[in-house]
Amino acid sequence: MELMIALGVGLFAACGVYLVLRARSFDLILGLTLLSYAVNLFIFATGRLAVNRPPVLAPDTATTLAQYADPLPQALVLTAIVISFGMTALLVAIALAARRAGDDDHVDAGRQEPQ
Amino acid sequence: MSHWPIIPILLPLFAAVLLLVLERWRPAWQLPVNLLATAALLVICVGLLGRAADGGVTAYLLGNWQAPFGIVLAVDRLAALVLTLTAVLALASLLAAAPHWHRRGAHFHPLFQMQVMGLNGAFLTADLFNLFVFFEVLLIASYGLLLHGGGRRRLHASLHFVTLNLVGSALFLLGVSLLYGVTGTLNMADLAVKVAQAPDADLVLLHAAGLLLLVVFGLKAAVLPLGLWLPTTYSAASAPVAALFAIMTKVGVYAIVRVFTLIFVGERLAVAAPLLLPLGLATLALASLGALSAGSLPRLAGYLTMASAGTLLAAVGMTGDRALVAALYYLPQTTLAVAALFLLAELIARQRGDLAGALVGGPALRQPALLGGMFLLAAATLAGLPPFSGFVGKLLILRGALGQVGGFALWAVLLLSGFALLIAFSRAGSRLFWKVSPAQEGPRHGVLAMVPVFGLLAAGVLLAVLAAPVLRFTDAAAQQLLAPTGYIDAVLGARPVLRGGVTP
Repeated sequence: MELMIALGVGLFAACGVYLVLRARSFDLILGLTLLSYAVNLFIFATGRLAVNRPPVLAPDTATTLAQYADPLPQALVLTAIVISFGMTALLVAIALAARRAGDDDHVDAGRQEPQ
Repeated sequence: MSHWPIIPILLPLFAAVLLLVLERWRPAWQLPVNLLATAALLVICVGLLGRAADGGVTAYLLGNWQAPFGIVLAVDRLAALVLTLTAVLALASLLAAAPHWHRRGAHFHPLFQMQVMGLNGAFLTADLFNLFVFFEVLLIASYGLLLHGGGRRRLHASLHFVTLNLVGSALFLLGVSLLYGVTGTLNMADLAVKVAQAPDADLVLLHAAGLLLLVVFGLKAAVLPLGLWLPTTYSAASAPVAALFAIMTKVGVYAIVRVFTLIFVGERLAVAAPLLLPLGLATLALASLGALSAGSLPRLAGYLTMASAGTLLAAVGMTGDRALVAALYYLPQTTLAVAALFLLAELIARQRGDLAGALVGGPALRQPALLGGMFLLAAATLAGLPPFSGFVGKLLILRGALGQVGGFALWAVLLLSGFALLIAFSRAGSRLFWKVSPAQEGPRHGVLAMVPVFGLLAAGVLLAVLAAPVLRFTDAAAQQLLAPTGYIDAVLGARPVLRGGVTP
């Protein structure tokens, strides 16, 4: 499972970086989303990888660390997901407005400001 | 347990909610309510500053959970200093927005308070993940504020700004979770203890985490090579917003100082320390060149924001505590002066009609003596001419660098950049005030529009007049930073209050 998760994180991050560098607003948003998936998986993995272990105390489980999953990364991932969702929504709005204003979805579209 | 430390977060939060409600029902009340909230915040922050000046570190347990299990806020001298600075800046920006800016778009007032809340939270938190959360709070508000007033330039600037910060946030999360994976904690005081005891096998991961954090904070502080977005973004923002943004780069510097004096200290872990000086100097050099080439006054102010961040970082990167003391003195005065320049740029631009802030000869200003005098004061402070606070700050940094490793490089770059900034300001000033045709276009500014600029400049002058007591304070703050055991003990030693006010 470790290998799968590591490969997943790497693949998402690589695709994300590639898309962000494309400098088109749609690709950019997609790339940032993939990047945030990679990061969320990574956070999740920092709390040890385990299957079928509860993150809260359960009555029929022995209270040793080996029996439980770390709840904190799950809380962190939740926060990170909420924040990145909000940010993505905002970025979509800005990108749409910029597309309309510049008539092009290039992130530098229609720039003619004096330096 | 006293509840004062959390008020700078709760007050802007409640004020923002109230302002959001007022926007619908009583739009005319928004400005007075916002002013009242900001003024109250200033009073509270000054109170916290007074407490931090003589007391030690105050730790506040949120929800009464003991550290490191719960979230903790901590007020030490540095935190109190930057909190007060934020409140002063917020009040000045709001006063500058009062004549007309705040009516140019929706939600200015709630966003303004949310931005202040994010800033205060980032300065107060003693927890790395909450630092991320408060960064996001202040960034979300700043995206809205940047777009305030609309227009294509603002849209494009914010598209870049948002993207860069989102990538920065991703890296921040990677760094934080790496630290969590290795040490199992996110509380900064607890991290300081655990990281120092980490086995050698984990050092590589810790170094990687530290450097990732440096990249993120460097992006916020607009440090080279990550700072080239700043002049475009800040010059696109409306003037009051840009003045408030002047503190945002200082959040990056603050986080660098906090994390790299608390967690990554000692020979085994000091990954960032050798990088700070060269990065700071490179930023300063490039910003000075940028200031020379700037084509408009807001852009010039943007490059000066970068230059001040570079100077601060270089001073923080020097070994020895005297440079750190100087940096802590330099931080408030440069922030105030840059904010004053942004506000002044708008006053000048509005009297020049279509030319706005472009640095070319044009119609004469209506109030050349008054605006020119303020420009001269701001320029002299920022370029570091005696007898103003910028001179005191730079002199102290130079003195702190004497005999230290890399001190010679700092002397050379800081003096040359001062010279370059002087040329940039003379060029800007002579084109704006002397190379003019007799025609006058723009409106005269009333006293109300001048007050915030006057106030910020006067605060800078006050810092020079009161240099001795201010330096005593920054000296104490630097000693507190360099001996982090006090911070660690205060945070980890704070005990929750049991029912009935009994502490176990």
